[in-house]
Amino acid sequence: MSTEGRIRRLAEEDRPPVEFALDGRDCRALLGDTVLTAVLSNAKTLRHSEFGPEGRAGFCLMGACQDCWMWQESGPRIRACSTPIAEGMRLMSMPPREWP
Amino acid sequence: MSERVVIVGAGPAGIRAAEVLTNAGLRPTVVDEGMRSGGQIYRRAPEGFKRAADKLYGSEAKKAQALHACFDRMLAEDRLAYFPLSSVLAIADDGLQVLTADGLQQIAFDRLIIATGATERLAPVPGWESAGVYGLGAMQIALKAQGVALGRRIVLAGSGPLLTLVATQLEAAGAEIAAVLDTSSLAKQLHGLPQMLARPRLVARGMAMRAQLGRRYRAGVRLDRIETSSEGVEAISWTHRGTTHRTECDAVGLGWHLRAETQLAGLAGATFTYDHSFAQWLPKADAMGRAGERLYLAGDGLRIRGADGAEVAGRLAAVACLEDMGLSAPDARADARRMRRLDRFAEGIARAFPWPAEVVRQLPDDAVVCRCESITAGALRDAVDAGGSEANRAKSLSRVGMGRCQGRYCQLAGAEIVAAQANLDVATVGRLRDQAPVRPAPIGAMRSPDHSTRSGRNN
Ligand code: FES
Repeated sequence: MSTEGRIRRLAEEDRPPVEFALDGRDCRALLGDTVLTAVLSNAKTLRHSEFGPEGRAGFCLMGACQDCWMWQESGPRIRACSTPIAEGMRLMSMPPREWP
Repeated sequence: MSERVVIVGAGPAGIRAAEVLTNAGLRPTVVDEGMRSGGQIYRRAPEGFKRAADKLYGSEAKKAQALHACFDRMLAEDRLAYFPLSSVLAIADDGLQVLTADGLQQIAFDRLIIATGATERLAPVPGWESAGVYGLGAMQIALKAQGVALGRRIVLAGSGPLLTLVATQLEAAGAEIAAVLDTSSLAKQLHGLPQMLARPRLVARGMAMRAQLGRRYRAGVRLDRIETSSEGVEAISWTHRGTTHRTECDAVGLGWHLRAETQLAGLAGATFTYDHSFAQWLPKADAMGRAGERLYLAGDGLRIRGADGAEVAGRLAAVACLEDMGLSAPDARADARRMRRLDRFAEGIARAFPWPAEVVRQLPDDAVVCRCESITAGALRDAVDAGGSEANRAKSLSRVGMGRCQGRYCQLAGAEIVAAQANLDVATVGRLRDQAPVRPAPIGAMRSPDHSTRSGRNN
């Protein structure tokens, strides 16, 4: 597992792996991870802030703050803390060009 | 045909309300945002996770298991209709507009029980917009529901019973806790103690947790700044008895006890008063939770009493609902008595771990208040100077409270700053009106074939 992630796994590590892509990079997570857990075990942030210089990595983890939105190469925007990761997901930390 | 009762929320309050109703032969509908029932404090891990209940819930394992089993039984026996992963966006024409996993649905009701719980109550700390700053509750959710720590070296800061609890839970699971910084002084904590002794065992447990943290726990701290790089948090600086300290860390969990989640209650017609001991606007309700015509509230969304209080409040609200329908209801006197004791304890907690109003009022101009859109305390003060001190007006001028979280995490701090700028008590600047949709809805979701878009009713 990548060591540059933000999160540290403490338990429940014997779950089947799930492969996904983050900004075109191949990454690995575990079945049952949320998108937030999956991404932050491979990166320090989920996305860039639209209003400031800082990255964002979620805040409430309960669907209330909307800090954790991410984009998919195709399909709708997702809330990373409350969406399970799925095999083959292609996630992006910045909006695709056609996003309004 | 019997009346349709809808319960929003499947935490301790919602589950116990459903239990009372199903025992009376009703078939309520339960709408919940979670993947699985249980709510936040008794949140369940996804299917396939294996940690035992005592690992997840510690001393509360039995309660959590009983609650989960209660809901699973009702579900298995098909005694309720259940919509998981579903958010109520709006209330209109006696129906809820609900965003379910399969799109928007209208769910009609005759009576509504709202048990939407709470989020943590947050005060901005300069730098808190950065990656790696989380709510205290988020730290706990990550551990329970995912088995992870949100950092390699964690500082927890704020005040309230969750602070030491989350610290000891994380540490027991193998996370590194660098410091636990309580903004409440020991003197203030003693001030709340007499009422907290309504539940002596909880007080003893709290003291034991604190002892376990040793010198890493400090009371009476001022949080000065979270230092960050583009990657996120690097350290937190804080002052204790006149000395400045700096603790290196890559994650900070913040929280000052809880804030009732009241937007749906407001849309459903509840009215509010500012509660000075809980330092927030709380809905008005009778002792059973009746908050309006056919409207009942229960759990932390009504009053911050914690999980035990939520279970009791859920039962009381359902009893009130049954009585109002003219059906026979179980005897609620024992629960009403229990609630009075829980209320005393809750008041004690509120006193012992207060909202840091003075610090928020003096936040530096460059500190971000609204995390959603990075709006600073200075910009909010300018808006007050330009447009006056009414909360809704300051919100529309400054945009503090208009971001994607809809003010959940900035409105208390925002109101405090507005009040300070206008030299007023925080209660006089008013409460932000509730607006639908209470969760961001995908474009088009608010329009369904037979219902045109409606904004929420204001109270
Ligand atoms: S982290 Fe708050 S909504 Fe996902």
